Amino acid sequence: MRNLFALLAGGLFGAGLMISGMTDTAKVQGWLDVFGDWDPTLAFVMGGAILPMTLAWTLTRRRAAPALGGAFPPPPEPKLGHNLVLGSVLFGMGWGLAGLCPGPAIAALSYGGPGLYIFVAAMLLGMRAAPRLRSRLDRALQAE
Amino acid sequence: METDWIMGLLGGLLIGLGGAVFLLVNGRIMGASGLIGGLVDGSGKSNALERLSFLLGVATLPVLLWPLVGPIDTHITTNLAVLAAAGLLVGVGTRLANGCTSGHGVCGISRLSLRGIVATAFYIGAGGLTVVLFRHLLGVI
Repeated sequence: MRNLFALLAGGLFGAGLMISGMTDTAKVQGWLDVFGDWDPTLAFVMGGAILPMTLAWTLTRRRAAPALGGAFPPPPEPKLGHNLVLGSVLFGMGWGLAGLCPGPAIAALSYGGPGLYIFVAAMLLGMRAAPRLRSRLDRALQAE
Repeated sequence: METDWIMGLLGGLLIGLGGAVFLLVNGRIMGASGLIGGLVDGSGKSNALERLSFLLGVATLPVLLWPLVGPIDTHITTNLAVLAAAGLLVGVGTRLANGCTSGHGVCGISRLSLRGIVATAFYIGAGGLTVVLFRHLLGVI
């Protein structure tokens, strides 16, 4: 049952990414390119997505547990930390370079062509290397 | 242009609906990089099937929509070096930061998480600077 609803949630996510235009790298880069022909679409997508999510978070406060049991996610960690900032900067650079982030990269698998497979393969490699890099960074910063 | 905004808003609502279902039914945060990354580095072994089911939905539902939305041009670059570098940066960066546009952006901002808001400010800032640098100054993308 959990897997069925995960499939449904993923389907909604993938469909939304496709019809919103977020799998079109030109639209994403067009939004980031404030000095070019600026494309505001991404702001509409973000706004549209945040609306139901705000409602969902409000509902979690009125319910004891998720519909299929278990527990709701704990409140967000208040600490920011160097990993959050450095990671977000690196991610933003890659996002700007190719106009792709992880969600749309998966949503476009069926129509993105060979270029997309190269991006996804490199992304998986990066994700695999990240834990080692994180512990090195933490050790280096602690030593200071 | 206006149709793009309407489709953006509609698509955004679907994205948020997916996140709402995942949260209210499964009790999980819909973060693409976390769901994929947990499978890649082994940290998500305990619920691997749930992660795979989600990702299967993300990848296959667009196929069913092909007849309605028509062929989508991703305008993806053909520059192999750019694709490889971008993929690596996105992979490492999202896992270091513990989230991407969906986890920190959509799910984080909607619960007013400081981490989500700060992460979003940094990746949008870095993304904007990167596009300006590589498009207008270097002419690579």
